[in-house]
Amino acid sequence: MSIRRFTIIALTAILALAAGAVLTVPAASQAVTGVTATEIVIGGTHPYSGPASAYSSIGKGAQAYFAYVNDKGGVAGRKITYKDLDDAYNPPQSLQLVKQLVEQDKVFAIFNSLGTPVNTVLRPYLNEKQVPQLFVATGATTWGRDASKFPWTIGWQPDYEAESLIYAKNVLAHEPSAKIAVLYQNDDYGQDYLKGLQNGLGAKASMIVKTASYETTDPDVKAQVASLKASGADTFFIFATPKFATQALVAAAQLSWKTKVYLNSVSNSQVVMKAATTQGGPAATTGVVSVIYLKDPTDPRYANDSGLALYKQIMAKYVPGGDVNDQFYLYGMGAAFTFVDALQKAGKDLTREKVMQAAIHLHETDNPFVIPGVIVQTSPDDRFPIRQEQLAQYDGTRWGLIGSLMTARR
Amino acid sequence: MQELAQQVVSGLATGSIFASMALALVLIYRSMNVINFAQGEMAMLSTFVAWELNQRGLPIWAAFALTIVIAFVGAVALERIVIRPVEGAAPLTIVIVTLGLFTAFNGIAGWIWGYVLKTFPSPFPTTPVRVGDVAFSLQDIGIIVVSLGTLLAIYLLFQKTKLGLALRASALYPEQSRLAGIRVSWMLALGWGLASVVGAISGFMVAPVVFLEPNMMQGIIVYAFAAAVLGGIESPVGAVVGGLSLGVVLALLGAYVDFIGTDLRLPVAFAIIVIVLMVRPAGLFGRQKAVRV
Repeated sequence: MSIRRFTIIALTAILALAAGAVLTVPAASQAVTGVTATEIVIGGTHPYSGPASAYSSIGKGAQAYFAYVNDKGGVAGRKITYKDLDDAYNPPQSLQLVKQLVEQDKVFAIFNSLGTPVNTVLRPYLNEKQVPQLFVATGATTWGRDASKFPWTIGWQPDYEAESLIYAKNVLAHEPSAKIAVLYQNDDYGQDYLKGLQNGLGAKASMIVKTASYETTDPDVKAQVASLKASGADTFFIFATPKFATQALVAAAQLSWKTKVYLNSVSNSQVVMKAATTQGGPAATTGVVSVIYLKDPTDPRYANDSGLALYKQIMAKYVPGGDVNDQFYLYGMGAAFTFVDALQKAGKDLTREKVMQAAIHLHETDNPFVIPGVIVQTSPDDRFPIRQEQLAQYDGTRWGLIGSLMTARR
Repeated sequence: MQELAQQVVSGLATGSIFASMALALVLIYRSMNVINFAQGEMAMLSTFVAWELNQRGLPIWAAFALTIVIAFVGAVALERIVIRPVEGAAPLTIVIVTLGLFTAFNGIAGWIWGYVLKTFPSPFPTTPVRVGDVAFSLQDIGIIVVSLGTLLAIYLLFQKTKLGLALRASALYPEQSRLAGIRVSWMLALGWGLASVVGAISGFMVAPVVFLEPNMMQGIIVYAFAAAVLGGIESPVGAVVGGLSLGVVLALLGAYVDFIGTDLRLPVAFAIIVIVLMVRPAGLFGRQKAVRV
């Protein structure tokens, strides 16, 4: 027998043994995919590179919260392993990664994947495989609305249409003769906002005198803001992501456009407001109206808040070097809190069905990361976990609350 | 009428951003006959360096000056270490190397500084100025003036100095230049250094407008390519004219041609560029190549 032949036989034998060893592992536990007595493996994708990478703090925030929960003993004795991968905000890439997570890594569920286009692509696959697609990080209305077709999917944050309905209510109540100009991002996200505003104004939708859109490839939105100003509008709605929202605020100030400004919550972080104030002067941001549902780490109102204390403690321990004022970390922790809550409700004998049931029977009054009074709540007929938001007005340095919590729909 | 003037001014302001970046592309092209895809990311990296120096207490103009030196030395070193080995290779090889640098620089900037939007101090006052009913900011004027100033400096360097002559010669006739005693390879490195400096200046101008983050140049570089090609890829004047006209055309298309709106203005603008190039293949200011047959 030649050496070569011997090697082949030996290798085959080793491979066979290895394969046998691998095969015996799942057979021994015979349990739910991704769940053992000591571990729950879940997966997700966030853009850690590419144009949307500012959102990667959301994934890191969630990861940090799970590490904190694990150090306190985990959920029912199980530690959470969150395999969060980089999809660069690219839907096909995300689908490939999620297939790998589901089929190779055998994850229990997909948690908090980010982006409307990304989750739209993941949804049919995960529903076909009956893998829970939990608390996706996007505010498109479809996650809550189309549950009959996609029962394994649920969102978390308030949906964009609902937010616009709140603005519409406010305009109709306090500024019934407003002439409205709208800047929106030309995709599902921006159009959801616009549609919500039109629906909310209802018969008075003609108050919108001009709309202008931008593409994410545009270098800036100066030209759009100039033509919106020329329409003679006195109320300016900005439905734009942080960079373009900042540009729009600055452009309005530089054009000396004396207008009331409504800014979507996607872009109302202190990072944006401070950048716009520095660049466009106080006129760029003073009086801007938006809605909030998360606590702002920079707000002195919460100086003694236990939720923010916990947030800062988790940041210091698990994300050293992370910018505490970057609210996306807090968002990630908020969603992770709800996920842990659903796991606890699903009980010791965890199954995918049980966690899905838990996710549509939430009643969370103690989420430390949302503003006081907001209840994270779902029922089989209402799959929008956060529905309450608070109107707020910017005074040049921070958001002051206006009125009381509002619920947009239903 | 007032809106038209306003749109033209907004277009010029945006166009000057394209123009300043297009200038850097033209410089590299003139020294190597290739497009450097990493040009925008190099500018972004330089801008971050200036921001960091400023954060550490250096006054903004001093930070600019120091960054320009760093950008020059860095780019020369980059050329020596990374581009030199592929210098004689097919243009495609160099292009792929620059694409690699593009991703590398983007990743490095994100790793060091993160992806959160940062305010970059504007070298010019951002206070609004009104002329009649047209509003703009001193910043807009500043960007245009600096672009034109850079253009003038480049022109003087290339046309009026011995070094400029050597740079031009080694790009056009490398073999002959070598025989004439010009160190062609070093001229290429110098070209990279100059382009990097122009890119850095462009970054300083652009960052206050689009805000500083690792992806800030990606929206701009595509338009800068278009502007450079429109103007004639070898012509600095063409780059500036191409950039400004692209900015104005985009603004006017978006504002006045209803069916185009903002959805179609990019395809339409590029269609115009294609048509221009069909009529004048070398671009507006390019040298028409005559081939003897």
